[in-house]
Amino acid sequence: MMRARVHITLKHGVLDPQGKAIANALAGLGFAGVDDVRQGKYIELKLEETDRERARAKVDAMCQKLLANTVIENYRIDLEG
Amino acid sequence: MKAAVIVFPASNCDRDIQVALRQSMGEEPIMVWHREGTLPKVDLIVLPGGFSYGDYLRAGAMAAHSPIMREVVARAGRGVPVLGVCNGFQILAEAGLLPGVLMRNATLKFVCRDVHLKVEAANSIFTGGYRPQQVLRIPIAHADGNYFADDRTLDELEDEGRIAFRYCEPDGRISSEANPNGAQRNIAGIFNKDRNVLGLMPHPERAADPALGNTDGRALFDHLVASLGP
Repeated sequence: MMRARVHITLKHGVLDPQGKAIANALAGLGFAGVDDVRQGKYIELKLEETDRERARAKVDAMCQKLLANTVIENYRIDLEG
Repeated sequence: MKAAVIVFPASNCDRDIQVALRQSMGEEPIMVWHREGTLPKVDLIVLPGGFSYGDYLRAGAMAAHSPIMREVVARAGRGVPVLGVCNGFQILAEAGLLPGVLMRNATLKFVCRDVHLKVEAANSIFTGGYRPQQVLRIPIAHADGNYFADDRTLDELEDEGRIAFRYCEPDGRISSEANPNGAQRNIAGIFNKDRNVLGLMPHPERAADPALGNTDGRALFDHLVASLGP
């Protein structure tokens, strides 16, 4: 059993109005010194695959096909187990 | 003429499209559930508005991989006209039939109101019923209509005359004030390269019946029917 953690983030230069709203809310709560907020997605997958290389290739294909939209998003895959 | 309306779980404008098509065609369109793997021979395919799969992951992302979409992509490739309205546009973008992506509105708010649209390209099977530069009033209702593509793609769309509609002022001026969702270059609708696929955020089917006080959207359906046969 292997666990894959996928972090999906907006590409550089893609506006993130939700991140901006979070930054404003933080400022409103009195948290000073936050220059910028970018929000993203975190997806955790439990895989039957035990081979790391094959697991990575599989999750990469999932990201390309569904989990991320590579027009606007980058993704990072961390494997564990 | 035969038309198919694809129905996804949580489509909610499928009936509106059905009524608008019936009115222009004088015949019932076929309603096709998204789990179907086959599609009868049709002259037009419409992906309606709504919130397919609850907009999970990204608007249109799940629906783009519904079984019927393989057939829709194949038909589009063979030149069958495909119209995507609102969620339908999001699905077409996620399916790769149209470039770019529809992101969360810049205001983060769901916007439901009439907007003015400029017909940027009247040379298509969808827009041929309008005059070039004609200004229409059509309703929008979406939270994810903020069209985004990289500059190269946007330049290509402009150079190839593939921007169908832009948000504008009532007098046709393109301004950031007239842009309801932050869409790049005020883009409200685009064609694919072969101009047989149109995706647009505004809802022409909601402006096709005099009883609703606005018929600016009707020419889109009428022209499709006139071009594709009665």
